[in-house]
Amino acid sequence: MNFLNLFVAVPVLTIIGILFTKDLKGARLVSAVGMGIQLALAVFLVFFYFSIRGAGNLHEMILTADYHWYPSLNIHYFIGVDGIAVAMIALTAIVIFAGVFASWQMEFLSREFFISLILLATGVFGFFISLDLFTMFLFYELAVIPMYLLIGIWGSGPKEASAMKLTLMLMGGSALLLVGILGIYFNSAPNGGAYTFNILQIAKVHIPIAAQRFFFPLTFVGFGVLGALFPLHTWSPSGHASAPTAVSMLHAGVLMKLGAYGCFRVAIFLMPEAATQMAWIFIILTSISVVYGALGAIMQKDLKFINAYSSVSHVGLILFALLMMNKIAMDGAILQMISHGLMTALFFALIGMIYGRTHTRDIREMGGLMKVIPFLAVMYMVAGFASLGLPGFSGFVAEMTIFVGAFQHSDLFHRVASVVVVSSIVITAVYILRVVGIILLGPVKNKAHLELKDASWHEKLSTATLLVAIVGIGVLPLWLSDTIMGSLHPIMERLVAYLH
Amino acid sequence: MTNFSYVILIPLIPLTVFLVTGLLGMKWKPLVSGVIGTVGLGISFFLSLFAAYQYFFATASAGGYHTIIPVNMLWLSFTSTLQIHMGVLLDPISVMMLVVVTTISFMAHIYSLGYMKGEKGFQRYYAFLSLFTFSMLGVVLSTNIFQMYIFWELVGASSFLLIGFYYDKPSAVAAAKKAFIVTRFADLGFLIGILILSFYTGTFDFSKLMQPGTSLFAGITGVSFLGISGITWAMTLIFMGAAGKSAMFPLHIWLPDAMEGPTPVSALIHAATMVVAGVFLVARMFPIYHFHAPDVLIFIGYVGGFTSLFAAIIAMTQFDIKRVLAYSTLSQIGYMMVALGVSGYGGEAGLGYTAGMFHLFTHAMFKALLFLGAGSIIHTVHSNLMKDMGSLRKYMPITHITFLAASLAISGIPPFAGFFSKDEILTAAFHANKLLFYVEYITAGITSFYIFRLYFNIFWGKDTNYEHKPHESPLNMVIPMIFLALGATFGGFIPFHDLVTSNMKPFADKLNILVSLPSVAIGLVGIAAAWILYKKENDLSDRIAKSLGVLYISTFHKFYIDELYLFVTKKIIFNGIARPIAWFDSKIVDGFMIGIGTVTMKISYKIKGLQSGELQQYAFVFIAGTIILALFLLYTLGFH
Repeated sequence: MNFLNLFVAVPVLTIIGILFTKDLKGARLVSAVGMGIQLALAVFLVFFYFSIRGAGNLHEMILTADYHWYPSLNIHYFIGVDGIAVAMIALTAIVIFAGVFASWQMEFLSREFFISLILLATGVFGFFISLDLFTMFLFYELAVIPMYLLIGIWGSGPKEASAMKLTLMLMGGSALLLVGILGIYFNSAPNGGAYTFNILQIAKVHIPIAAQRFFFPLTFVGFGVLGALFPLHTWSPSGHASAPTAVSMLHAGVLMKLGAYGCFRVAIFLMPEAATQMAWIFIILTSISVVYGALGAIMQKDLKFINAYSSVSHVGLILFALLMMNKIAMDGAILQMISHGLMTALFFALIGMIYGRTHTRDIREMGGLMKVIPFLAVMYMVAGFASLGLPGFSGFVAEMTIFVGAFQHSDLFHRVASVVVVSSIVITAVYILRVVGIILLGPVKNKAHLELKDASWHEKLSTATLLVAIVGIGVLPLWLSDTIMGSLHPIMERLVAYLH
Repeated sequence: MTNFSYVILIPLIPLTVFLVTGLLGMKWKPLVSGVIGTVGLGISFFLSLFAAYQYFFATASAGGYHTIIPVNMLWLSFTSTLQIHMGVLLDPISVMMLVVVTTISFMAHIYSLGYMKGEKGFQRYYAFLSLFTFSMLGVVLSTNIFQMYIFWELVGASSFLLIGFYYDKPSAVAAAKKAFIVTRFADLGFLIGILILSFYTGTFDFSKLMQPGTSLFAGITGVSFLGISGITWAMTLIFMGAAGKSAMFPLHIWLPDAMEGPTPVSALIHAATMVVAGVFLVARMFPIYHFHAPDVLIFIGYVGGFTSLFAAIIAMTQFDIKRVLAYSTLSQIGYMMVALGVSGYGGEAGLGYTAGMFHLFTHAMFKALLFLGAGSIIHTVHSNLMKDMGSLRKYMPITHITFLAASLAISGIPPFAGFFSKDEILTAAFHANKLLFYVEYITAGITSFYIFRLYFNIFWGKDTNYEHKPHESPLNMVIPMIFLALGATFGGFIPFHDLVTSNMKPFADKLNILVSLPSVAIGLVGIAAAWILYKKENDLSDRIAKSLGVLYISTFHKFYIDELYLFVTKKIIFNGIARPIAWFDSKIVDGFMIGIGTVTMKISYKIKGLQSGELQQYAFVFIAGTIILALFLLYTLGFH
């Protein structure tokens, strides 16, 4: 029994456990225990990974296991992880753990809520351990669908419309993706033999360039929708604004990275030739994403809208870095996936906690919160500093790695795109400090806010978990960066052949 | 070889203090945090003095000084050469800065025990002071340009926190934001400069970049963009970062507003240490500027020269004593930039470099002292405005004497410290660039005028009817002032040309009477003018102001630079770009997506009639379809 299976099994068992509970208290307890075990497993996996690499195991993927699932189409349940997947699993475990504690007071249909939430997480974990395209796609859909229910039922504001828009746009992406994946499948044996969904096997063959040219954009855009690729990002502001706290955390924190991870692991890795040829189109689009998202955030009035646009910008940076097609930038991209996942989860958690107290997310109605809820306010400010890329936090490490990578190209096109993207650090500072200045500092605007209570223990636990990870990476980035670099070897080998 | 690895403790102590007081301070009595912070910094201070003694006097050899890197740990690695280290680099300028930063910071710590007593957030204040000191020491000790950038950003953040210390005051919050964003914008240039430089040279390390005759720059001088070589671009962009932190025109607008912070913070950060970080950066990269980008160095000189004159003129018209000092700071930093800009490399040609560092040192002493004096006055008068002050010499004798010493120092009157350093700068400019020399010469006169305008207005003039009788400040505020007054008075006798030189080898420096006599003379003229206008209450100054008309008004409004910035940010960026983008996104881009949905619904509504449930219609369609398909197949397969 391969212990990676536990990453799917534990959430499923947790869901079954929740079925036997009666109310919120039981449901949240079971969820907390289940996700606590999951987090412990993830930490164990990280150490296990280091020890096995330290022992000299240089296989591309470790802990691989292969089960026939649907033999006639050669579909397998094929799992395995490299350093990048391990990091993504750890990220997911941290975010879902924090998410459970952020939903501690979910009174309405609490069992159903926790079940949907953990079902979503199951899909994400499954996605990251899969090495078979079909299985991967299946888990991907499993992660996207509970989202509709979570937003539509437990959301706020125009929740049905937001849920509908989000789901339809992501499904549209999935449709492109499905075509892309099938295209890869039917071209996976150009020299005869059985077609396969196995990523590692496909990576050994060269998909005919004509097919690559057709299926690369489909796959990239299909995953890109989830990564909020301009102009397909519009599900993000309304979707995040309507989603309940833990769902925003999970969605912006982890699900958006599924898109970026897919672009990396499937689109670029399997179709490197088309990727290098067509990168310029997407470099333009992602550069726009980065700056446009940041500028879009400046004048927003709803805290969640600000963060949603900020996510468009920051996730755009991930995709941008992937398209730079060099080792440093790719390392930065993965770092940014993890870093942004943690930071944005922290942000959405805090926004939820503030909203739970003030019952508004309109920044014009808040002010001077530092005086009344110092813990949450300080946390929010720290999250802001992390988000604008202050050294000592993970965001700085990720962004700088990306920028150094982007500047490894000396031609004018890449230079201009890189400078445009780098300039986002100023715009980010503007919108972050604007919000901090308005809602946290200054005199207390609403007298009713003077009665607010500061964070409770589960809120402190939730935010502190995320912050520790953010600071840990920010202060000592070398181990993570080296782990990722070590796992970038296969993709770089494939890309090098087609660059220049 | 002496082991210098203990130097790492100098920044680590304030870091520890920050973490401990930041996390636990709220639970203690306020004073505990203050004492812990002060004692911690006292240790750093003495360690710095010891390190300076060891470096300058115990390891000296005939060939001058050497760069020593006792600690260098790998922090992040991009390639085998492109790596970021965290380490400690000791050379004359970093050791000197170590002394400056810890001295002023230690004094500010002691002073604040009195000045900030009873303030809400006393613990937070000390935590931030420690954070700042840690970051600033990090900048100073950096072994590579990326480490410097990291601490550079942390310095900016701690400056933000301290300017906005009184966070329920909207003007303080606005000033903090402005400072952060303006310097962040400048740092964008710094960062791009670093990225370009490191891409071509393949390293971040100062020691590799500074190696004489290195071939690392072959690549970057070869490329050009818009007719300007890569190295010129890179070094200009790096200077942009320096200009932001050091508040050089036109990036100076944040500094006067930064006076919203507590006064000891203004003394420490916005007068003595952080704002000279830009000067330090240029000095740190000086060999690169000199050998590979001499044009940029000339440009730096002109920027410094313009800023020093421009700020000095504004300083004459301001009524808030901290703002006068802020503009004075701008002007004096301009002097340092001029010094670096006109400097050559090695021996007497490098006089400008030595002079710039010398002035940085003396300026730190007398400007910090001026601010502490101002704080001492504000503490008792409860106002920043000159009109609320007068004849304070009777009530605050020690503040008076120390303030006078600092004023004489900044005016360049011998034997006070400022005389020696300013004289060196003027001499260097005299030999290298006559235009800059005259600019700085005139500025020297303006300097002594505005500082004595301040001095006479505060300590002489009318005897204001004070609500509470002003009193001398408590001992913990007075002692730092006396200490700094000693520095401002005698600091000029330190033989900088033996210690801090461009190529780390001592050279002989002699007083140039041709320069120093006229410079003292113009200083005295400025003082005399201030004496006439402000010693006794009279309306002469108002009459002069009136007769100057528009000239005076535009100077009083700081030449409307702030308004210009407001126009660009509010009108163009916020309302002209950000707001339309928000609209465009929700109406056009999202509207298009929703439009697709609506169209799909409409179409499906239209074709819903096909599923009518009538068998005859189904059968008709089925048969018709079959016939068409059959014909199509026959046509494509057989008949062509």
